[in-house]
Amino acid sequence: MKATVLVRPKPGILDPQGKAVEDSLKHLGFRVDGARVGRVVDLEVEAADPEQARAEVERMCAELLANPLIESYEIELAEGT
Amino acid sequence: MTEARPRVAVVVFPGSNDDRDAALALEALGAEPVLHWHANSELPDVGAVVLPGGFSYGDYLRAGAIARFSPAMQAVANFAADGGYVLGICNGFQVLCEAGLLPGALRPNESLSFICDDVPLRVERAGVAFLTRCEAGQRLSIPIKHGEGCYFADDELLAELDEAGQTVLRYEENPNGSVDSIAGVVNASGNVMGLMPHPEHAVDPLIGSGSTDGALILEALVDRARERLFAAA
Repeated sequence: MKATVLVRPKPGILDPQGKAVEDSLKHLGFRVDGARVGRVVDLEVEAADPEQARAEVERMCAELLANPLIESYEIELAEGT
Repeated sequence: MTEARPRVAVVVFPGSNDDRDAALALEALGAEPVLHWHANSELPDVGAVVLPGGFSYGDYLRAGAIARFSPAMQAVANFAADGGYVLGICNGFQVLCEAGLLPGALRPNESLSFICDDVPLRVERAGVAFLTRCEAGQRLSIPIKHGEGCYFADDELLAELDEAGQTVLRYEENPNGSVDSIAGVVNASGNVMGLMPHPEHAVDPLIGSGSTDGALILEALVDRARERLFAAA
């Protein structure tokens, strides 16, 4: 089963990468007010059903994929896989 | 009378690059350093452990995030739980935070630049095991060299740490955006310390700017290792 994890810097956390991206976009003439840079992890999970897959990916996030002190995460399970 | 040399382990992860400098500094300061490969889950009989600087596992995912799962780190966690002294320098500090052995987290520098510079530090508390050779308020000059040394703790955690006296080293001029200019912290029991500056690079006056302030921290660690190994003798 395919799952995607989106990891983001929590609100209020200094995100210098996002700031650099925002500044560069402005430099190119785009009108942006804020940019935050996170991380995408695409996974192929072995699980019997979506519930089990989600629970498994939750554990992956808690144990490794995100640092709860500074990052939030979202899990998306691909439909029909 | 020559004092006995206590053994101090320096854990070597794939990507560590200050392990030998740390070992040389410890040797110069009276310890017997033992390089300990990360895959080895059996820690030898040592009085203290150093987690050195570098880029363990390529700093993949987050700095220190992967190293935390190495067999050696399980042994280090047990050693710390037993009251053993553990010092994490730079990447070692990041590993200790990721492993939950120290509070907080380290993020990319505010400037996004890798910074390599001598920085003045202030000792906030001297009663700490690693700072017994320093005085409160003392100014130390020790180099930093890192891209991800921006210490973060949220307001609540920061207040707790300050209250408990765990924020032990601060930069006099904040180089990297760390909250409250924090350069080093200890755990609640005071036997684990992490700092971004590199004391092992400020031991020999012939190297760098000539400061030997790093020796004050490493010698305290050697003192603790000696006590732990030889106290009963």
